[in-house]
Amino acid sequence: MSPKIDKAQAKKVAKLSRLDLTENEIEEFSAQLNAVLEYVEKMNELNTDDVQPLAHCLPVSNCFREDIVKESLGTEKTLANAPQTDNEFFKVPKILDDSAAT
Amino acid sequence: MSDLKYKIIIGLEIHVQLCTKTKMFCGCALEFAAEPNSRVCPVCLGMPGVLPVMNKKAFEYSVLAALALNCEIASFTKWDRKSYYYPDLPKNYQISQYDLPFSEKGFIEIPLESGESKRIRITRAHLEEDAGKNLHTAGNFSQVDLNRAGTPLLEIVTEPDMNSADEVKALAVELQRIVRYLGVSEADMQKGHMRFEPNINLIITKDGTEYKTPIAEVKNLNSFRALERSIEYEAQRQLDEFLDTGKVMQMGNKSTRGWDDANQMTVLQREKEEAHDYRYFPDPDLLPVEMNDAWLDEIKSRLCELPLQKQIRYVTDYKLSDYDAHVLTAERSTAEFFEQAVSATIEQAFIFGGDPKKICNIITQAGLKLAHEQNCTLSELGFTPENVARLARMVEDGYVNASAANTILEEMTKTDKDPQTIAKDMNLIQKSDAGELEAIVDQVLADNPKAVEDVKSGGKKAKKAQGFLLGQVIQKSKGQANPKIVSQILTKKLS
Ligand SMILES: [Zn+2]
Repeated sequence: MSPKIDKAQAKKVAKLSRLDLTENEIEEFSAQLNAVLEYVEKMNELNTDDVQPLAHCLPVSNCFREDIVKESLGTEKTLANAPQTDNEFFKVPKILDDSAAT
Repeated sequence: MSDLKYKIIIGLEIHVQLCTKTKMFCGCALEFAAEPNSRVCPVCLGMPGVLPVMNKKAFEYSVLAALALNCEIASFTKWDRKSYYYPDLPKNYQISQYDLPFSEKGFIEIPLESGESKRIRITRAHLEEDAGKNLHTAGNFSQVDLNRAGTPLLEIVTEPDMNSADEVKALAVELQRIVRYLGVSEADMQKGHMRFEPNINLIITKDGTEYKTPIAEVKNLNSFRALERSIEYEAQRQLDEFLDTGKVMQMGNKSTRGWDDANQMTVLQREKEEAHDYRYFPDPDLLPVEMNDAWLDEIKSRLCELPLQKQIRYVTDYKLSDYDAHVLTAERSTAEFFEQAVSATIEQAFIFGGDPKKICNIITQAGLKLAHEQNCTLSELGFTPENVARLARMVEDGYVNASAANTILEEMTKTDKDPQTIAKDMNLIQKSDAGELEAIVDQVLADNPKAVEDVKSGGKKAKKAQGFLLGQVIQKSKGQANPKIVSQILTKKLS
């Protein structure tokens, strides 16, 4: 069977995840990813014609909490593990393209 | 010169911040302008091993808004992870909804200039969490504040049914009114509670052939003005580009643009080729939501008459102008106050209350100004709708004039006295006693023989001269003479 994940795909996934991998690592991880996919491939041997897709592995739904304020960490604790801070802020390399989230 | 026509096609994505007390998946308080990074906990910080739990109120608020937008509510919905890397997104994924949003297929009616309304289809509405905020400093780095991370956002996506900047603005304003009426969002533009992303392109007909320009999406607009201006700018830019290059819509040539407010123009944003590879998958930490009839009915019972319905009803039932009806329905509390004053009048079979138009005048000309000055709602000013109805009747009967009514209304915010008592106490009752007024008129006529002559001789000057004499009488009475009666006396004496 031909590999499902080639090196180019592994590189793309690494880039999307902002991982800087060496050529050797790319080689190693594409092999591992393929092993994972082959293992999961076994599932395809089962007949799932009458099985509904599962959104969650537990047969539970509607788990909510009430809209009640709980104490937050506070600025000092929030920033405690940050590699770099600037006053009350996390400090990160300059963001050039601010096509903000959402 | 070739034959050229074009039509603008616009669809909108809108993010509305819900006004829950806490974030979507943790108990951190939503507080505008709190100390940076103070309203943060391990859940919204994206620490390993934490468990997010859905805020029930945020879900119900979203369902309520979707119902008001005539959407179908899904009986089963789930949460998905949208993966991307950005400093303001601590988990490296955003919890959102992908293939099974909680609602879809709705519509919103928007009022048009012409007085008609137009139906804009809603594709879907789903719930997602907001990211934090990046702040740019002068130095070679950026600052990140995560207080906003995890804030519940309702994302509404419309079909490309709008054809002008005016229509888009009308939709934005209507949506703002609706979410405020429902109490699900403060929809305060200044605080970024509503953000817009229009998708814009043109259908150009040139020499009988139809061309579609490539779609441009303008990101993150947070004012009505920027929204309108960006659409106008894009339409012109796309037309120019088409005439220049002939470029038309193709797979993959949609572009993303930002709004440069200083220069009032859109600018192309650098495209990251993999940017749209979000690799959605179901969030294993969150359970699906199943909607049942009883729960849905309960949420439905919280719906109210929507602003546009009210506006139309005020015009038809109360004969108000479109403008007045719009002002009265801008805020739910104002509309409710007005309706209470009107129904007080109607219940009392018009014994003491004025007609809806007079009540409307007092509210729009004086009441809202006072509320604005004191930064509160109409009902918080301290007077009752019944007394406003009484005051309207006093104006209607010529008992006090409009400017006295404003003074009385202001006094009503300070005391519990009814408007009649205030008018007497403050000496604001219009003099309508003909005998008393006649004496003043005689005095004025004796003092102004030139004006009297002008009126009597007729012609161009007559109308102006009579107006002058009327003004003199009102002034002599210290503003208390009923102008209608003075006019009658003047006409009688000068004819
Ligand atoms: Zn939190």
